[in-house]
Amino acid sequence: MLSIQNLHAGIEDKKILKGINLDIKAGEVHAIMGPNGSGKSTLANVLAGREDYEVTEGSVEFFGKNLLDLAPEKRAGEGLFLAFQYPVEIPGLSTVNFIKTAVNEIRKYRGQDPLDAVAFLKLMKEKMALMNMDQSLLSRPLNEGFSGGEKKRNEVFQMAMLEPKLAILDETDSGLDIDAIRIVSNGVNKLRNKDNAVLVVTHYQRLLDYIVPDFVHVLYNGRIVKSGTKELALELEERGYDFIKHEIGAVETV
Amino acid sequence: MNTIEHIKERFNEEALAQKGHLAGLRREAFADFNRLGLPGTRNEEWKYTRVAGLFSKDYQLPASGSSGLSAEDLQSLRLPGHEAANELVFINGIYSPALSAIRSADLTVVPLEEAASNEFAELVKHELGQSGKYIKDGIHALNTAFIQGGIFLHIRKGQVVEHPVYIYNITNARAANILAQPRSLIHIAQNAHVQLVETYITLGTNQSFTNQIMEVTVEKDARLEYYKIQNDGEQSNQVNTTHIRQAGKSYVHTVTVSLNGGLVRNNLNLVLDAKNCEAHLYGLYFQTGQSHIDNHTVVDNVQPNCFSNELYKGILSGHSTGVFNGKIFVRQQAQKTNAYQSNKNILLSDGASVNTKPQLEIFADDVKCTHGCTVGRLNEDGLFYLQSRGIPEKTARNLLLRAYVADVLEHISPAPIRNYIEQQIIERLESDIA
Repeated sequence: MLSIQNLHAGIEDKKILKGINLDIKAGEVHAIMGPNGSGKSTLANVLAGREDYEVTEGSVEFFGKNLLDLAPEKRAGEGLFLAFQYPVEIPGLSTVNFIKTAVNEIRKYRGQDPLDAVAFLKLMKEKMALMNMDQSLLSRPLNEGFSGGEKKRNEVFQMAMLEPKLAILDETDSGLDIDAIRIVSNGVNKLRNKDNAVLVVTHYQRLLDYIVPDFVHVLYNGRIVKSGTKELALELEERGYDFIKHEIGAVETV
Repeated sequence: MNTIEHIKERFNEEALAQKGHLAGLRREAFADFNRLGLPGTRNEEWKYTRVAGLFSKDYQLPASGSSGLSAEDLQSLRLPGHEAANELVFINGIYSPALSAIRSADLTVVPLEEAASNEFAELVKHELGQSGKYIKDGIHALNTAFIQGGIFLHIRKGQVVEHPVYIYNITNARAANILAQPRSLIHIAQNAHVQLVETYITLGTNQSFTNQIMEVTVEKDARLEYYKIQNDGEQSNQVNTTHIRQAGKSYVHTVTVSLNGGLVRNNLNLVLDAKNCEAHLYGLYFQTGQSHIDNHTVVDNVQPNCFSNELYKGILSGHSTGVFNGKIFVRQQAQKTNAYQSNKNILLSDGASVNTKPQLEIFADDVKCTHGCTVGRLNEDGLFYLQSRGIPEKTARNLLLRAYVADVLEHISPAPIRNYIEQQIIERLESDIA
């Protein structure tokens, strides 16, 4: 579904991604790991269409369409979803109103009729049960005063409501305790099926105990320097990112 | 003949015929007007608002009894919820009893000239003109010099006025440029409650200039909610002075919403003149085109243990300009004052600008005062967040702007008025912000 070829991107004059190649197929879970500053979040944001980043080279196809040509909302319409590392607080905008607008705008993009109030409520109740969400959270302004765990749970709840084809989880585990990680991961796992895919961006291996990846890629200095299965994540956890740096360093000095 | 000459001629015609307290007040004010002239931008209080230039147009000062409007004319101008409201109508600054409707028995409305000589004479003598201690400029003097057709509104002790009082300031500029100078004196007696909703409408395409003064006394344990809606045409200008003096444990809540107009200057003064007063001042301005909005507010803490909270929010697009000047005085004996102030602005275009200035003068030592102001763009992170959820950019911008104004609008308690303003904002967003 997603094919990234030789992707270069940066912010202002700083080059961050320096030739990413990655293919993701339906039904797969990929994890991107890497030390701080390696470009993990940049990749997630470039895929979602954040304007601050400039793509200087390469291509990204999503179900055969040129993803980079599409505005962020159209990417969402095509089935891409980014769970934010830092969900934005918007005082004055109720969470329910926001999600209803999102659901119906995506339906509109796909040529579907908007959900009426009853159908929307039914869908929401169903997904709330899935995520163990409290109704009171949804009647509050979007993310305002939410704890770290509540914000991340709200991200995955939005994912459940929007049913994306490809969900990118950007450091969804950061700032969460083990209980919160378990709740959020359970939500993601319940949403997995043979037609969708998940790209987990994370610094630590612990999230991958709960969302088990089919493939693990190590991002370092703007490139994927090593790919493997979930065992690679365990190895990274055990040996730290330094061993990758040494391997790369060794190769580059030869 | 230009407007200033016209003003002088008219005053001389009228002044000869008058006597009594009002006549004295008017003569004094006219001398002040002649001495002070119109405020220029060298006057610190008028630095960013050029009002004198507006007087180069030929305005007519309307005389009473010549409104030329009928009840049918008013029908389409009424605010939502008017069926259950008291309605006071001013035409060209002159109160029109025929077009007004008093539905609450608790509400007494008397022509100001009459009140100055009946059982309210002492109140009028004491309270009319009190804003002059705070505002000393030619525009203010000009209104007082021409007090005519104003009202005295009285709410008796312990009365809760069940229906809100809608005040319409209608200027009929179909045939000429009009200078309208409404004047009201309001006395809310001990333990009385009232809600005021005021709006401004210019008819016709000629220029209108409304120079209004409203002076209010809120007695002990009394309560005032005051909603001002400024959504007039581009040909309409106004200098709008509201001066409120609060007695002990009184409660005042004001919301000033400015959505359109040519040049709009609001002076809102709250004098917390006794212990344990509470005041809330909210403002929202959303301007486009060439319009200019200036909010000058004063909260004067004279006595101890008072609380005030002020929040003004602005959105400026096109080539519109905004001014916010918020003064808080804490007098020497006003210990334990709590005073908060915040002004936030979003500029939607490169051509829009705002000058914001908080001003605190504190002479007491045991007080809590905070102030802050911001000027910025629409939250780009928020915009991306909404877009990433499939919401198109324009819809996302509108949602963010509606969210931004929500914490001012929620303080408008009459639901028909709140819904009306929300609707106006939605329409503005849909038509205006590309």
